[in-house]
Amino acid sequence: MSGNTVKVDITVNGEQTSADVEPRLLLAHYLRENVGLKATNIGCDTTSCGACTVLVDGESVKSCTVLAVQTDQRSVTTLEGLSPEGGELHPMAKAFREEHGLQCGFCTPGMVMAAVSLIEENPNPTERDVREGLEGNLCRCTGYHNIVRAVLAAAGQDPDAEQKREAESDASRTAPGFSTGGAGA
Amino acid sequence: MIPVAFDYERPDTVDAALALLAEHGEDATVLAGGHSLLPVMKLRLGAPELVIDIGRLADLNYIRVEGDEVAIGAGTRHRDLEASEVLATEVPLLPAVARTVGDPQVRHRGTIGGSLAHADPASDLPAAVLALNGTVVLRSARGERQVPITGFYTGVFSSVKEPDELIVEVRVPRTGAAGWAYEKFTRRSNDWAIVAVAVVDGRVGLVNMGPTPLRASATEAALAEGASIEDAAALADQATDPPADTAATREYRRHLARLLTKRALTTAAGV
Ligand SMILES: Cc1cc2nc3c(=O)[nH]c(=O)nc-3n(C[C@H](O)[C@H](O)[C@H](O)COP(=O)(O)OP(=O)(O)OC[C@H]3O[C@@H](n4cnc5c(N)ncnc54)[C@H](O)[C@@H]3O)c2cc1C
Ligand code: FES
Ligand code: FES
Repeated sequence: MSGNTVKVDITVNGEQTSADVEPRLLLAHYLRENVGLKATNIGCDTTSCGACTVLVDGESVKSCTVLAVQTDQRSVTTLEGLSPEGGELHPMAKAFREEHGLQCGFCTPGMVMAAVSLIEENPNPTERDVREGLEGNLCRCTGYHNIVRAVLAAAGQDPDAEQKREAESDASRTAPGFSTGGAGA
Repeated sequence: MIPVAFDYERPDTVDAALALLAEHGEDATVLAGGHSLLPVMKLRLGAPELVIDIGRLADLNYIRVEGDEVAIGAGTRHRDLEASEVLATEVPLLPAVARTVGDPQVRHRGTIGGSLAHADPASDLPAAVLALNGTVVLRSARGERQVPITGFYTGVFSSVKEPDELIVEVRVPRTGAAGWAYEKFTRRSNDWAIVAVAVVDGRVGLVNMGPTPLRASATEAALAEGASIEDAAALADQATDPPADTAATREYRRHLARLLTKRALTTAAGV
């Protein structure tokens, strides 16, 4: 009896999309293959790396672990939807560019979407909040340093000042790899 | 990785979900947040014929004070526990535990009902509800029953829940200002616990120290008789049966249970 298709209506980046899909179709595949939006990457396919992160009704989720049918009648935002073509870059995307928050760029779409959700829930994050808030996203290139700075900048903060404050506020809790603030890397 | 094909139903009411469960029983599986079930299905360790999506039942999504208890709908997500003002004052242990589950994306999907039903001994919320002496409310087309969490688990990934039953609610006592703490030991920030210890109001719940969440009964008894934190915590691994895996040996887990219990009791006592 298994294998029937189900009709879904999903708002993707503000536009209505619909298709008859197998219930087992993952949201990541719906976005990439049915809708043709390829910014959302599939890295691990095991809910670990966060490369596939998109927003569902404004909240970050890993689209390799959500069925397309679970987002029927809901609103999904991908990286493409943040910065409309021909328009301004979204402030988060702009901050990633300005702070050099990417190298190869594979993790970047998921990182940016996770960061947008983070700022939505916590508009004034500390450096620690940003590092913890991005715990579901792996980057194999940047060492995270500039990603964290980009998110702080997008939240309207001065990354140098916040990293200095964080380092001085409770040095005993500062984990290895945390910024010590001040000048240089 | 793609799951084996299945049929999909998204009932509009709890009763409709129960009717489907009554009809399909063991061939059907309930889908809540999907953050345990979908990984299992993608790895093809599970292949239900029918998936019943309860993820949008508004009736299962609430946190409210009822007398001496707080009632939490099974569909309440980890994120909602984290952000709940009611829980922050009435049962502060729960938001603190929820905040340690996975990462924000996981917490935007996973639910307390799913966590309790999945019965993974490495899960955080079951041991927290155990330390709280909570109650699991099960409902089927046959009726409703309340099972104390102390009698809910029967083994790894198993509980007294019947295939036609849904967890509809979790009830926990209002602990208010009573001392509490959660000590979770992981290698990386979003990992599952190697061992974790939940303390509230003199009770101690252990994560990953046996096939089910456990209470550190010897520690609790010693505390009740006036033992020092140090002496009581030294008994935390008694009557446990921790697993050995790539993360830790059995003996290391025993050590962690004693150490984390000492830390949690110390924090809970406010010293
Ligand atoms: C990357 C990752 C990291 C994670 N880290 C942690 C962690 O650190 N700590 C932790 O505790 N958990 C962790 N989890 C698990 C997460 O908390 C799951 O969300 C949770 O265990 C299951 O909840 P769910 O709502 O997603 O359930 P689902 O996956 O939808 O369901 C799980 C099982 O429970 C059954 N079920 C669900 N709801 C009900 C109900 N109301 N009544 C009866 N049966 C029901 C389903 O049929 C299924 O068998 C992690 C998961 C992932 C993917
Ligand atoms: S591809 Fe989804 S988390 Fe890695
Ligand atoms: S920039 Fe290469 S993985 Fe992050």
